[in-house]
Amino acid sequence: MSWTVRMLNSSIGRKQIMAVTGLAFCLFLTTHLIGNLFIYAGEDAFNSYVEHLHSLGPLIHIAEMGLAFFALLHVSNAIVLIIRNRLSRPTRYAKYKSTGGRTLASATMPYTGSLILIFLIFHLLTLKFADHTDKTVYDLLAQSLANPIYAGFYILFIVAVGFHVFHGVWSAFQTIGLNHPKYTPLIRVAGILFSLVITAGFASIPLTIVLK
Amino acid sequence: MSEKNISLTLRVWRQAGPHVKGQLITYHLDDVSTDMSFLEMIDVLNEKLTLRDEDPIAFDHDCREGICGMCGAVVDGQVHGPETATTLCQLHMRHFTDGDTIIVEPFRSRAFPIIKDLVVDRSGLDKIIQAGGYISASTGGSTDANAMPIPTQTAEEAMDAAACIGCGACVASCPNASAMLFAGAKVSQLALLPQGKAEREKRVWSIVHKMDELGFGNCSNERECEATCPKEISISHIARFNREFTRAAFVSREK
Ligand code: FES
Repeated sequence: MSWTVRMLNSSIGRKQIMAVTGLAFCLFLTTHLIGNLFIYAGEDAFNSYVEHLHSLGPLIHIAEMGLAFFALLHVSNAIVLIIRNRLSRPTRYAKYKSTGGRTLASATMPYTGSLILIFLIFHLLTLKFADHTDKTVYDLLAQSLANPIYAGFYILFIVAVGFHVFHGVWSAFQTIGLNHPKYTPLIRVAGILFSLVITAGFASIPLTIVLK
Repeated sequence: MSEKNISLTLRVWRQAGPHVKGQLITYHLDDVSTDMSFLEMIDVLNEKLTLRDEDPIAFDHDCREGICGMCGAVVDGQVHGPETATTLCQLHMRHFTDGDTIIVEPFRSRAFPIIKDLVVDRSGLDKIIQAGGYISASTGGSTDANAMPIPTQTAEEAMDAAACIGCGACVASCPNASAMLFAGAKVSQLALLPQGKAEREKRVWSIVHKMDELGFGNCSNERECEATCPKEISISHIARFNREFTRAAFVSREK
């Protein structure tokens, strides 16, 4: 077996793939949020943003394919790692108490991750792959978010993203090996702030539409 | 601190051998001096069991002063008990209150099969060391100590990693039963020092593959290991291990 295969199949290799793809998703979340905030400039501004994005042509397709490939890597590695981790402790403790290391976010990574995956599929079906013939993206968005149940779910999933990112950001840096007394505290704070901004930013959209 | 006597209810994992089913058995113990260590408390219980012609509880121990790494059990859900930076032998009964019910379980991990009661086979950790936790040293007269300059800070950091007593608490407390803190401490210690340079790349690879092969889990940065480690070894050593891994992947001449 060549070193690449051995590297990518080892525990640390797989986790580093998780880390790199995860950080890439954080970049995506940032651009996605910035784009979404056009909604506050009005319907026309938002639709023209969407058009501009589509007019990028091949660039946008490459980005989409890249994201899909990363998602595949992130999810498949997560599944392998979760299964291996479960097998590593076949008998559970009758009583297990945290000594203070783990957080709610770190302990729920597989669950928040699964929620995000479910939401992602749903989100793509309702917006990206929906019938666009006589509706703009804004129409589709307003239509679906007008349903309070859908809006509620949307917010729930955003919170899941927030939790996932809360642990994910610093964890990714640690897994890549970027840990230093100088900047690790900064990374931790930045990760927490990032998760708060992402949660508040994305959740504000359905809230304003529902409350309008 | 004045000595007191307390009464306890213990629920201890009893398992006659590696392949038989075990269960939690309840014992009541009166007159436990709060000056006793946790292991001494089990000694007292074992004397009672022996007098009653029952099998005493098997548990590992050796130095009983927190330096050998032989002892260890999960006390009320926490490895080595509720005190931080403490091995089980150094945990004293003054941290418990009269009437407490305490659950005592062995370390649980696929890589640490139970031998009997609270005794588990931790030779997996030795296998990790055999895989890469060594250095090559030329024979001959010893070199002059000053011939090898090592900054104090680096030496200190390597020493912090070398403080590991190999008790396995990191594996037992990790929600994924990962050995990353144990392995990371060794890789980090040797990567920091010039003596470790000879096998630098080979070491990381062999250790990672050995860990995976033995069925230890994958670290998800839950930091429980760092919180339970009796020697308070930092997860920054895990980060260095991760870094060494990537470095080795690109630098190693192996194809
Ligand atoms: S018996 Fe040696 S460390 Fe506890």
